[in-house]
Amino acid sequence: MTRSPYFGLYLVAAVLLVLPFVLPNAFYMDLAIRMAINAVIVLGLNLLIGFAGQISLGHAGFIGIGAYASAVLTTHFNWHPLFAMAAGATASAILAALVARPIFKLKGHYLAMATLGLGIILSIVITNEGAYTGGPDGMPVPGFALFGFELSGEKHWYWVVAAVLAISIWASLNLIDSPFGRALRALHGSEVAAQVVGVDVVRYKVAIFVMSAVFASLMGSVTAHYVGFVTPGVAGFFHSIELVTMVVVGGMASVYGSLIGAVLLTALPQALATFEGWETVAFGAILVLCMIFMPKGLVPTLAAKFGRKG
Amino acid sequence: MLAQFLQFLFSGITVGATYALAALGFTLIYNASNVINFAQGEFIMLGGMLTVFFMEVGLPMPAAIALAVLVPAIVGVLVEKLAIEPAKGAETVTLIIITIGCSLIIRGIVQVWLGKNTHTLPPFTGGEPIAILGATLLPQSLWVLGVTAVVVAALWYFFSRTLAGKAILATSFNPVAAQLVGINTSWVLFISFALSAALGALGGILVAPITLTSYDIGIMLGLKGFVAAVVGGLGSGLGAVLGGLLVGIVEAMSAGYISSAYKDAVPFLLILAILFFMPRGLFGAKVTERV
Repeated sequence: MTRSPYFGLYLVAAVLLVLPFVLPNAFYMDLAIRMAINAVIVLGLNLLIGFAGQISLGHAGFIGIGAYASAVLTTHFNWHPLFAMAAGATASAILAALVARPIFKLKGHYLAMATLGLGIILSIVITNEGAYTGGPDGMPVPGFALFGFELSGEKHWYWVVAAVLAISIWASLNLIDSPFGRALRALHGSEVAAQVVGVDVVRYKVAIFVMSAVFASLMGSVTAHYVGFVTPGVAGFFHSIELVTMVVVGGMASVYGSLIGAVLLTALPQALATFEGWETVAFGAILVLCMIFMPKGLVPTLAAKFGRKG
Repeated sequence: MLAQFLQFLFSGITVGATYALAALGFTLIYNASNVINFAQGEFIMLGGMLTVFFMEVGLPMPAAIALAVLVPAIVGVLVEKLAIEPAKGAETVTLIIITIGCSLIIRGIVQVWLGKNTHTLPPFTGGEPIAILGATLLPQSLWVLGVTAVVVAALWYFFSRTLAGKAILATSFNPVAAQLVGINTSWVLFISFALSAALGALGGILVAPITLTSYDIGIMLGLKGFVAAVVGGLGSGLGAVLGGLLVGIVEAMSAGYISSAYKDAVPFLLILAILFFMPRGLFGAKVTERV
């Protein structure tokens, strides 16, 4: 039986539609919103890491740009939130495009080092420019209003974020089956071979890096407006690592893996809160065990076990 | 003018020596297993914190230091046996996440066991700061530099003059060929992890009397050690030492002359600038990708 490639998408859409009516309270709504936001970021990052095979250990830097563009431009310069969000995304795109060419000449651990460095520099800038960003303490962000309608409370935000997530999944599924997606997978397999068959390797790497940076920046802005407060932690090294972990635990080069990874790892700290003090140890142990027993990630491993393609 | 410059230089090479020891640790493990061990910073932290702990329970300083090098070495071996070896052949990013998981476990245990407080160690020997051309040099800095120099010399001797050292080098060039000539490659992994953890811990102990120590210092120190290893070109021992000193000096100079707030960003700007123009670091080997 061949199934529509959108089967999974319909399933996700159905779950997203039902969810707000079965979740018991605002706490779980909030968790669901944060899961969805992370899922969108991880989808973008998985295109870069899983499909194109290029690691980024500094992606939270772009989330930071988006979040702080929204915070600083609306607070200090009275920009409309929509323009502030667009400005953040543009800045992220320009920065990503500028550094992408020299960075993506690098391979393996050198690439890991360069992206890690970029992320750390961005987070240090945010922490140090206290006059605008409030420094290590962070700053409040005004709400998000569009055409006189203000988004407030979990209910509003849930539908916005759920719609963005569904569209992102649909776009990712189409992208990876397009010539663009095939080119990405080709250069992951072998850059030289990809070049031989006419793939402009550099152009595709730059394009996917810029795209995932924009995803991250936009969701950074959304998070800032939703939470109403930003701290430099959003751009920090640990946040970057969390995102990469979501990609790898869910499953590299798997759209639904990104979703599962984001859902599980967003929920994990909540679940571990009962360990009182041992959260860090438990989180580390779970990472290590997951990677040892399922190095390909959850969704591809399970898919292989039940004889389906992830 | 000169006094100020010298002052920055002294503090730069002191911190740089710690980075160099950490970078050597990265290099050893990278050569033996192709893994970048993101838990390296935690060994630096363990060195300082364990010395504090062993002295608090009443051991004399030399014994405390010896134990604080030995215990991280055992932890290093455990990391290799329990986490790295079972995941053999996994992708780079998977291995990176495994080592980060290990670093979280180590940091978490220390945080619960020894608390979140900042600790200090007494200098190894007392004595007045030494005045040189108007700048002052702490006796502890001499300890840092002296011990680092001895360690580097000993490592050089080990790798170029002893059979065991050459066996490790052979394994790093080609594990299969090394196995064929009778080298026990799993023993090589064992030694590399133990040695690199011990080096990191030693660096952490040496610098603790100057910079203080707490459960969370490992992240930044480890990342800067990684920068130092990459500056020199991954896999090069000489590169790691020079890279460590370079990173330390550039950091101290920019903290002194430009902005101390951006001190922590400087090593990362340096590495980006170097990688933009020399994609394999200053001393990295040229390799061609096989198709």
